[in-house]
Amino acid sequence: MTVYANPGTPGSVVTYKSRYDNYIGGKYVAPNSGQYFENITPVTGQVFCEVARGNSKDIDAAVEAGWKAFASWGKTSVTERAIILNKIADRMEENLELLSVAETWDNGKPVRETMAADIPLAIDHFRYFAGAIRAQEGSLGELNEDTVAYHFHEPLGVVGQIIPWNFPILMAVWKLAPALAAGNCIVLKPAEQTPASIHVLLGLIEDLLPAGVLNIVNGFGIEAGAPLASHNNIRKIAFTGETTTGRLIMQYASENLIPVTLELGGKSPNIFFEDVAAQKDSYYEKAQEGFAFFALNQGEVCTCPSRALIQASIYEGFLADGIERVKKIVQGNPLDTNTMIGAQASNDQLEKILSYIDIGKAEGAKLLIGGERADLGGELSGGYYVQPTIFEGKNSMRIFQEEIFGPVLSVTSFKDYDEAIDIANDTLYGLGAGVWSRSGSTMYRAGRAIQAGRVWTNTYHQYPAHAAFGGYKQSGIGRENHKMMLDHYQQTKNLLVSYAEGPMGFF
Amino acid sequence: MVFSRVEITDAAADMLRKMTGVHGPLMFHQSGGCCDGSSPMCFPVGMFRIGSSDVLLQTLEVEGLAPIEFYMSASQFEYWKYTHLTIDVVQGRGSGFSVEAPEGVRFMIRSRMLNDAELDYFGLVPQVH
Repeated sequence: MTVYANPGTPGSVVTYKSRYDNYIGGKYVAPNSGQYFENITPVTGQVFCEVARGNSKDIDAAVEAGWKAFASWGKTSVTERAIILNKIADRMEENLELLSVAETWDNGKPVRETMAADIPLAIDHFRYFAGAIRAQEGSLGELNEDTVAYHFHEPLGVVGQIIPWNFPILMAVWKLAPALAAGNCIVLKPAEQTPASIHVLLGLIEDLLPAGVLNIVNGFGIEAGAPLASHNNIRKIAFTGETTTGRLIMQYASENLIPVTLELGGKSPNIFFEDVAAQKDSYYEKAQEGFAFFALNQGEVCTCPSRALIQASIYEGFLADGIERVKKIVQGNPLDTNTMIGAQASNDQLEKILSYIDIGKAEGAKLLIGGERADLGGELSGGYYVQPTIFEGKNSMRIFQEEIFGPVLSVTSFKDYDEAIDIANDTLYGLGAGVWSRSGSTMYRAGRAIQAGRVWTNTYHQYPAHAAFGGYKQSGIGRENHKMMLDHYQQTKNLLVSYAEGPMGFF
Repeated sequence: MVFSRVEITDAAADMLRKMTGVHGPLMFHQSGGCCDGSSPMCFPVGMFRIGSSDVLLQTLEVEGLAPIEFYMSASQFEYWKYTHLTIDVVQGRGSGFSVEAPEGVRFMIRSRMLNDAELDYFGLVPQVH
C-alpha cells in the first residue's frame, strides 16, 4: 500500500505550476482576456492552480498557428510521425507515476485506476496508431488496360477537439493519436473541470512535436468551445460529451460543411443470464465483478453499466452476492493505492448525482445500499464523494433511463431472453452493453441483438486499442480506438490516370 | 388553478437576469447522455436551433425578462413526462456551452413526480378501456 503525497507538497511525485496559459504555436501565451479561472481538485475541494480563460481570439490564434505548422507537418512521412508517436509513448511510460498522480489530483479518480488503466491505455494508444499509420496503404484500381485510379490518404488540415473531464488524458489521447498519426494539426480544448493534467503531459512531450502541431486553449464552453466548434477554418470537429452540445456542434459543422465525430454517452445495460449462477466458481466471481463495475471511475464513464438486468430465476441470490461485493468497495483518498472509488469530478456533478438519488426514491425505486454523500473526514471532507448506490426498480423509471454519471446502479429482473433484449434496447442510447452467459449461443445472439456499438461479452470496461468504440442511436457518430478512426482524420485523394497514348475520340 | 411543468428557483432566476445582461435573451434545452447530460443547457436565443424533434415544455416567466422557453427532445420527454422540473443553480464547474459556467455555477434540474391533479391536467392519467 502506498499513499502518494498531495501534488505540490514535500515528497510528491508531481508539482503543478500555479498558473497555466494557453499553448499556441509551440509556446505558452497569456489569454487574450487576461483572465484566469481557479482549478479545484475534487479530492479536497481546494484550488490548486489557475488556468487561462481562453476566448475566440485565442482560438483564432491557435487555428492560425495550426495552419502554419500544417504546411510542413502535413508532408512528414508516416515513418517520421510514427517515430514521434512512439517517443511520446516512451516518455509517458517513463513518467507513469507522475502522470497518474497528476491525473488523480485533477479528476478525483483513484490512483490505482490511473496507474493501471488511464495512463497505460493512453501510452498504448500512441503505439497503436504509430503502427497503424505505418501499415496503412492506399489502393489502386485498374479500370482498364490504360486507366488507373489511385487512392491516397491525405490529412484534413487543422482539426478541433473538445475533450471531456472523466478521463482527461486518455480521452485527449484517443483523439490526439489518430489525428497526429494522420498528419493533422490540432486545436484542443480540455474540459474546464479538468483543465490542468494535459499540461503536465504536454510538459513531458513538448520537445517532440514541432511548434503549432498541437495547440491547447483552455476556457469555458461558451467562450472557447463554441468558437472552436464554429470556427470557419477548421476541417473537422471531434467532441465527447452530451446530446444537446453534440447537436449544437453538428449545427455548427453544417454551417461550415465539415465532418464531425461525436461520442455522447449512454445508459448501458449489463445482462446476467441464469446460467451465470450454475456454479459458484471463478466465472461466477468474474460475473460478480462485472456487476460491481458500475462503480469504476465513480460511475463517470459513458459506458457505465448502470442498468443491471438479472434473470428472475437467479435474481435474489445473484443480487445479494452482488451487494456483498459492492460493500467491499474501498472508498477513500484517491491517492491511496488501496482506494477503489474516489471523488466525483466536480461539485455540480455531486449535486446532480444526489438529485438523481432523490428522483429514484421519489419514483418508488427501492434503495438497497448507499444513497448518501460520503464524508471521509479530515481534508477529504471538502471533496466530492458519493457512496456506491444500488436501486431496485423498473426500466421505465428515470434512474433507468438517464445517465447519472455517478456510482448509481439500477437493477431489475427479466424472465427470458426476449424480455432481456427488450429491456436492454428500451433506451435512447446505444454505446455500451454487457452480456454474461456460459452459453456461446446465448451470448452471441444477445450481443448481436443489442443495439449498442460495444457489447462486452463475459467482460466489461476493457478499452484496448484495436477494438472499435462508438455509439448506436443517440450515442454518437464515429468509431474511436481503432484504425478506422484514421478515416475520420483523412480525406481521400483520387488520381484518375490515363496511360492511353491517343485521344478519347469525343472532340 | 394553473399547472406548470417547469419552475425556477429565485437563485436561478437571479442568475438568468445576470446572464441576460451579458448575452441578451436566453432559452433552455435539456440535455441527455454523457458527462454533463441530464443538465439543462442555457443558450442565447438563436444559438441553438430548435427542431421538429423538440418539445416546448414551458415558457418561463421571470420577472424583468422576456419569456424564456424550455425545450427537450421529444424522445427524451417520453421518459420525463411524468416529472415536474425545477431549475436550480449550484456551485460548480459546469460544462457544455451553457452560459453560466464562467460564473462558477451550474444550472441544475430538481425533479418531483407530477401529482394526481397535474397528471389529470396534462392528460397523463391512464385511460381504462
